[in-house]
Amino acid sequence: MAIPLEYNVRSVFIRWPSTLVAVLGIAGTVAVFVVMLAMAQGFQAMLIGGGSRDNAIVLRGGADSEMMSAITLDQVRVIADAPGVARSASGDPLVSAEVVVVGAFPLLATGSDANVQIRGLSPIVLEVRPNARIVEGRFFQPGLTELVVGRNVSGTYAGFKLGSTVEFGGGRWTVVGVFDAGGSSYDSEVWCDAVVLNQVFKRPENIFQSATARLASPESFQAFKDAATSDPRLTVDVFRETAFYAEQSRMVSTIIRVLGFIVAIVMGVGAVFAALNTMYSAVASRSAEIATLKALGFSPASVVASFVAESTVIALAGGAVGVLASLPFNGFTTGTMNWSSFSYLAFAFRVTPEIVASGLVFSLLMGIVGGLPPALRAARLPIIVALREL
Amino acid sequence: MVRVDGKGSGALVEIRSLDKKYRRGGEEIDVLRGLNLDVDAGEFIAFMGPSGSGKTTLLNLIGGLDTPTSGAVRIGGDEISRLSGRKLAAWRSRHIGFIFQMYNLIPVLTAFQNVQLPLLLTNLSKAERRKHVEAALDLVGLSDRMRHYPRQLSGGQEQRVAIARAIVADPTILLCDEPTGDLDRAAGDEILDIISRLSKEYKKTIFLVTHDPIAAKRAGTLLHLDKGTLLECTADGLFACKPEDAGK
Ligand SMILES: Nc1ncnc2c1ncn2[C@@H]1O[C@H](COP(=O)(O)OP(=O)(O)OP(=O)(O)O)[C@@H](O)[C@H]1O
Ligand SMILES: [Mg+2]
Repeated sequence: MAIPLEYNVRSVFIRWPSTLVAVLGIAGTVAVFVVMLAMAQGFQAMLIGGGSRDNAIVLRGGADSEMMSAITLDQVRVIADAPGVARSASGDPLVSAEVVVVGAFPLLATGSDANVQIRGLSPIVLEVRPNARIVEGRFFQPGLTELVVGRNVSGTYAGFKLGSTVEFGGGRWTVVGVFDAGGSSYDSEVWCDAVVLNQVFKRPENIFQSATARLASPESFQAFKDAATSDPRLTVDVFRETAFYAEQSRMVSTIIRVLGFIVAIVMGVGAVFAALNTMYSAVASRSAEIATLKALGFSPASVVASFVAESTVIALAGGAVGVLASLPFNGFTTGTMNWSSFSYLAFAFRVTPEIVASGLVFSLLMGIVGGLPPALRAARLPIIVALREL
Repeated sequence: MVRVDGKGSGALVEIRSLDKKYRRGGEEIDVLRGLNLDVDAGEFIAFMGPSGSGKTTLLNLIGGLDTPTSGAVRIGGDEISRLSGRKLAAWRSRHIGFIFQMYNLIPVLTAFQNVQLPLLLTNLSKAERRKHVEAALDLVGLSDRMRHYPRQLSGGQEQRVAIARAIVADPTILLCDEPTGDLDRAAGDEILDIISRLSKEYKKTIFLVTHDPIAAKRAGTLLHLDKGTLLECTADGLFACKPEDAGK
């Protein structure tokens, strides 16, 4: 049997001032690590949340974002007739032809302008995207310069209160409703009639950027895709909406994660040094105890295990404190640039159980790295020299 | 039987031509030079000698805490200077009990937990361990102090806990390095009483290093360590020289 863990836990408590430094170092590192991951997770969830497995998004062949795509009205009609497209109660195909423009509006927080994504869509869109629903006011009327705004918009930009008028693109628009799209990126968008948007912006009336089709079921996707991509009248790419948004979010969330890892590693190096320092001084101040344990017959390996365990106990305490410190960030809302349209997107940090687990694993890792060299020193300590030091 | 002339055979402890040199800075110190010793099981031996004469060094070599520069240390037929690391540690836990001048208890563990330490290296069950620990603490008269931490005990009590720890795994040999060196007369006598009992009743083989002639009298044999080798103290109090030294 090994040296009892109790020995280490008690020793840690006895030396708590020196231990505290290591605990706080690791706690800070883990907190930053968890918050960065929560940010990436929140960003990703926000973008992916806009997508549905029941929906397919159709772009011009080769275009990998809406901004670079174009779809004509004729093509939209062909798409609407493709197999697998769901229909409304009245028999209309659930397809929304969409146009996206960007408008600059002053942020409430700073007064400086930021871009808002303004999306023109087919009036049937609420049936295409049932996860979006009107929570205040009403939906826009087809043919009118009316806007409905995502629930994050009026709190983020000046001038989007329900009932106010907004000028952009040479038109005067009235805000008639607020919609909630479940925390997805749509909540940071402004929606209006696509045909009206094309008119106001003096764009070709029959050209849109994308078409989103609601499918009869998620399983209809392949049939729909095959039909759309093999139709000679169309040169389009078809994506499941969830996959499309996951792809769109990949770059930014990867950047946040990589940044998070870099910051965490830099801080982690500092925290490991704190742990090393704590453990080296523990080994030095307890050399006689270590020598005694070895004289009693505990093997060098069990001494190593004992001190690594001690460092792990410290690190896990730090990890737990760090995770607790990061929990208030769960749900914390912030904004970022959508890198494909340069519009501003609001999203909430998400501390998931997986992120908590990786924070704890990270702290464990720091504990082992910071504990192993002092533990090896303890195991190598010549017994007779240490016994004489008493 | 105890011999220092290297002529015995089949003793529990057999030390032959033992040399121990330490290197400090540039110079070499010959601590032990050609030391011989034969000790049968159950003997109680006291080592005396001036400070720095190598008493602790000799105990460390017998206990497998240190390795000889040359020569042999055979205990129960095992050549322990050939063992190393993990094997030597395991051997120590089975055969040797250490009692140190400064007690060397683990301050964060209770008396019970300190005494239990050597048993954690055995296959005993928790219940068996408890039984052994209680018996050992009972033998040193500290049954009522099991839950106390070392700092809550007097020096004499701490040393008694240390003795309980040394004997709990029932080793053949007890190595005591000035066990009363830090205690007053009364407390020291209590410790020596226990050690004497371990010799008489439990037939332990005991090596006791001491500066105190009264303590040394408890032993069956008194050996004097001087100039790196052992001399036996005769009944009339003079030191008998080893035969090869007689002519010098
Ligand atoms: N690890 C070491 N390195 C160098 N020299 C050492 C070492 N250990 C012991 N010595 C030296 O060896 C000699 C014998 O030391 P030892 O501790 O065995 O003496 P001792 O008889 O126990 O003395 P004391 O009565 O003071 O305890 C001393 O001169 C000591 O300085
Ligand atoms: Mg000594």
